[in-house]
Amino acid sequence: MRRTLLATVSFGAAAVALAFLALPVVAIFTRVPPGRLVRLLSKGVVTDALIVSVKTTLIAEALILLFGTPLAYLLATRRFPGRAVLVTLVELPLVLPPAVAGIGLFAAFGRSGLFGSTLNAFGLQLPFTQTAVVLAIALVASPLFVRTAIAAFEAVDPDLVAASRTLGAGPARTFFRVALPLAGGGLAAGAALAFARALGEFGATIMFAGSLQGVTQTLPLAIYQEFSLDFDSALAMGALLVVVSVALLLSLKLTLSWQPSRRTSVSLFARSS
Amino acid sequence: MATLASDFRLALRSFELSLALGVERTVALVGPSGAGKSSVLRVIAGLARPEAGRVDLDGEVWVDVERRTFRPPEQRRVGLVFQEYALFPHLSVRQNVAFGGKGRADELLERFGLSHLAAARPGNLSGGERQRVALARALARDPGVLLLDEPLAALDAHTKASVRVELEELLRGLDLPTLIVTHDYEDAVALADTVGVLVEGRLRQLGSPAELVARPDDPFVASFTGANLLRGHAERLEDGLTSIRLESGEVVYSTDLARGKVGVVVYPWDVVVGRVQVDGSAMNLLAGEIASVVQVGNRVRVRIGPLTAEVTAASAEKLELVRGGTAFVSFKATGTRLVPLS
Repeated sequence: MRRTLLATVSFGAAAVALAFLALPVVAIFTRVPPGRLVRLLSKGVVTDALIVSVKTTLIAEALILLFGTPLAYLLATRRFPGRAVLVTLVELPLVLPPAVAGIGLFAAFGRSGLFGSTLNAFGLQLPFTQTAVVLAIALVASPLFVRTAIAAFEAVDPDLVAASRTLGAGPARTFFRVALPLAGGGLAAGAALAFARALGEFGATIMFAGSLQGVTQTLPLAIYQEFSLDFDSALAMGALLVVVSVALLLSLKLTLSWQPSRRTSVSLFARSS
Repeated sequence: MATLASDFRLALRSFELSLALGVERTVALVGPSGAGKSSVLRVIAGLARPEAGRVDLDGEVWVDVERRTFRPPEQRRVGLVFQEYALFPHLSVRQNVAFGGKGRADELLERFGLSHLAAARPGNLSGGERQRVALARALARDPGVLLLDEPLAALDAHTKASVRVELEELLRGLDLPTLIVTHDYEDAVALADTVGVLVEGRLRQLGSPAELVARPDDPFVASFTGANLLRGHAERLEDGLTSIRLESGEVVYSTDLARGKVGVVVYPWDVVVGRVQVDGSAMNLLAGEIASVVQVGNRVRVRIGPLTAEVTAASAEKLELVRGGTAFVSFKATGTRLVPLS
């Protein structure tokens, strides 16, 4: 009797939770017919935002990979005093409110900012430019990659690195032929997570880069603007981002389950099967 | 053959490793786990920096702390075989072997009977195959010294015996200074011609296997290097026993089953010593000159012919066991174990 009651309550709670999670997504697709959603995507404000989003996200992602990978490798393989402080610093943007990240960027790179006055002397102004968008989303999205990458590099068996060295490979060759391929699954996962976060960035971007159509207005910013002007266009962009997010998540899950024998596959998500 | 000379100190977690060792042919370091055995290999390979001392191979200095010389691992001609083999899981067998040196990969795959597995991933290999890949990979670099970390520990008991024979044959044919570390005295005896006992970072004794069994320097070495090993040729008898013709020409019997070249393992405490030939139930009776009598605690180790026996101090006195005398030793066929040798 008690067991069936417990089961009923559990199933009920689960059903409520799932419905709550699914409803907003379903609602985006059901309010407006799909054909109209697709047609709305060709509206000027939407295509402009799409171009800005794709461009800035790809550049930010490239920067995150370029600088984040060596950073993660060093933090994963070296032990030194203050390492924990550095790891915390790397992780900080993850918990930092995006608005704080935005105001921080402004304080650092704004016209009279800590570093901005130097830039200004060279005639460079970052705020409200596309570069500002890139910086904002790179700052907010980087911890998702770096954290995962640290875990992936830490999972590489130190004996394999040592073996590579004794076989005549120097540190650089060891990195590219052993550590990087073995951590590859984890790095790809981290890159996908950072990409998703970068694509959805809102708070830091609007503070530091503003919302200028065709220049700094990314998809999330355009959604916010269209929300009060043309709700259906906002929905269309929302639908587009849902599709991209689902595709990212699925490819991530596939990548991770595709290499189960690799000892370094970092478990980020539950298996779908 | 080249000589690896090492004399260094390295602080480990709870003690200091301090070792002076020359490796010319095959040396095995035995000791309990945590004795610092693997750290010796790490220092020689350049994976750990000693606090003091030097390591050189035929005058080529690999590390000399005083002169601030340190060659990183990739600049030392060293072949290190890791305990768990450390094969690259993302590379094929061929790519693993070619990692250290492309030129000899095919020749080594052929020599180690791995050609048919060249395209396989290490994850799909058996323990013995993995070890052969690890050895081939280490040799592909054309090392000046070979280091083996617990080469047989990762294998199950069944595979171990045959792999040990393979490994022994290989080492004999290599002509490379080889340093093996193992916690198993039998493995050390089978693979090396010099054995050192390492306890808490110190070398307690270094000598031939027979010396260590016969004249242990201290009780630890005595208990650790327990077994006698007699080499001989085994034949199966019809009554289920195995007869072994020893290299000295004598014949002993064992209840273990084996054929061909074997080592007969007998523990000194299973050997009965007498001054006259006794007609007991023990099937194996040998006679010989008493080569040494060494007191180890309250026991006495007596070397008689090819065997070391352990008796109480009282018995040794009663039997008047002294160097140069003659004595009979007997041990039961059931008290022997046979290990295959090449």
